[in-house]
Amino acid sequence: MIDPVSAFFTAINLIITCNPDVMEITSKTLQITFSSVLISTIFALPLGTIINFNEFRGKKTLISLIQTLYALPTVIVGLVCFMLLSRTGPLGSFGFLFTPSGMIIGQSFLIIPIMTGLTIAALQGVNPILTDTIKSLGATKVQFQISHLRETRFVIMAAIVIGFSRAISEVGAAIMIGGNIKGHTRVLTTAISLQTSMGNFELSLALGIILLGIALVINLIMGFLQQR
Amino acid sequence: MMRKALLGICLLLAAMFLCCSGVYAEKVTDLTGVTHSGDRLLIGTTTSLDATGALDELAKMFAEQNNVSVEWVAVGTGQAIGYGQNGDVDLIMVHDRVKEDKFLDDGYGLDRRVFASNYFLIAGPESDPAKIKGLTASEAFKAIAEAATKDNKISFISRGDESGTHAREKLLWKAAGFNYTDVNTTPWYLDAAAGMGQTLTMADEKQGYTLADTATFNSMEGNLTLVPYVTDGKDLLNIYAVIRVNPEKFPNVGINVDAGKKWENFLISDEVQNWFATFQKDGKPLFVPAKGDEKTLNVTVEEISSPVE
Repeated sequence: MIDPVSAFFTAINLIITCNPDVMEITSKTLQITFSSVLISTIFALPLGTIINFNEFRGKKTLISLIQTLYALPTVIVGLVCFMLLSRTGPLGSFGFLFTPSGMIIGQSFLIIPIMTGLTIAALQGVNPILTDTIKSLGATKVQFQISHLRETRFVIMAAIVIGFSRAISEVGAAIMIGGNIKGHTRVLTTAISLQTSMGNFELSLALGIILLGIALVINLIMGFLQQR
Repeated sequence: MMRKALLGICLLLAAMFLCCSGVYAEKVTDLTGVTHSGDRLLIGTTTSLDATGALDELAKMFAEQNNVSVEWVAVGTGQAIGYGQNGDVDLIMVHDRVKEDKFLDDGYGLDRRVFASNYFLIAGPESDPAKIKGLTASEAFKAIAEAATKDNKISFISRGDESGTHAREKLLWKAAGFNYTDVNTTPWYLDAAAGMGQTLTMADEKQGYTLADTATFNSMEGNLTLVPYVTDGKDLLNIYAVIRVNPEKFPNVGINVDAGKKWENFLISDEVQNWFATFQKDGKPLFVPAKGDEKTLNVTVEEISSPVE
């Protein structure tokens, strides 16, 4: 009944013929994921830098906590965001439930800890000789921190890719917050879930191949940038 | 080299930013400063209306006439009513009279209108080991229970998700003389806690019996080896109703009242009622329009055709 080869050709066919539904779902997926990665980057990079370069009580505990949140279940993010964003919830007045904006918020919650944690790890890994050199050259605090971020740019790019990968591949939060509304909040993962439940395995597999294809392209671009 | 890498990151961020800009255009702020989705009607619907493609067509017709974008979250009736009780949707389209009545009595819902019906069906493996062919629904449930107790290859797969179909299943177990709590704990009863499509797929894989709505079953028929055995009878009648969420329960959340009323009137209009009669999948009609069918449906004419004001 399920033929992987024909599913693969179905996928290729759907991509080549620019099937409008598939294109719509794919572009929604990219919009939402890129938005949440962008927002998370804006929060996570400075946050990681601040935590790394400042000494305060409970720093180790905080870092452990952030690392624990790497394993934050997507359905918990979905549940908490649902309660926050529900029209009768604390943030209900924004009307974000069942919208792409709501999904972006959920995905950002999910990946900010990972990107923050990896930023801290990257900065900790900077060669101490370099740290001393920069200091001895009389860098200001900001110059010092920026030079460190620059030094670790490849690791930080990897952190962004990992955040992207987690955001694009999660389904729990997307389905609970977005509601899988056709043409609005239906993304690749939720579409796969729906099509599988309807017994359309070939289309599901095709969408899965497209999802992996996107991840591949993103990683190729990153690899290309790193080589330069 | 470093500059180029930084330039690369900047370009990537810029590209992301361009991609994002499309996402935020959905909200509108009206003149009173209340932000809501002015031209958006959000419906919590039972899965069958979505899975059959009926809502796609209806939404398209409605959008052309009214310039309102219709969006729906397809979930079980229990969950759709839950969304209604939170004020998270503007309107619900469901099929469980008992839960609907409670929703209305509690003041969450207004203007229940019945717009279509069809039948639930009991489907099972081709070999029909419990021999339910030709029985009535409650007899069939009895036969499945008796056969499954003796033969451990026979099973019954339940939605188990408080959907309309699950509610009907409970009623049928009662009609067959069983206590649902007892049935629920037997080894042959599998509580899938899943949507209709997923439950049918599971029943197909396990070669078990299940209760399904005709619309979803027909729309999935090509993917299933299950055979429908019991397909009509009064206790399998499946009535679809639409209920507006009462805006007075949720004064500050911007329930789209106007579009909700229009949608209800649209559903009971002659145009849509005639459309329901002609809507088919693979030559099989999926719904029976409610208009003129009040005797079978056991509802008043007002509930079917009186316009919402």
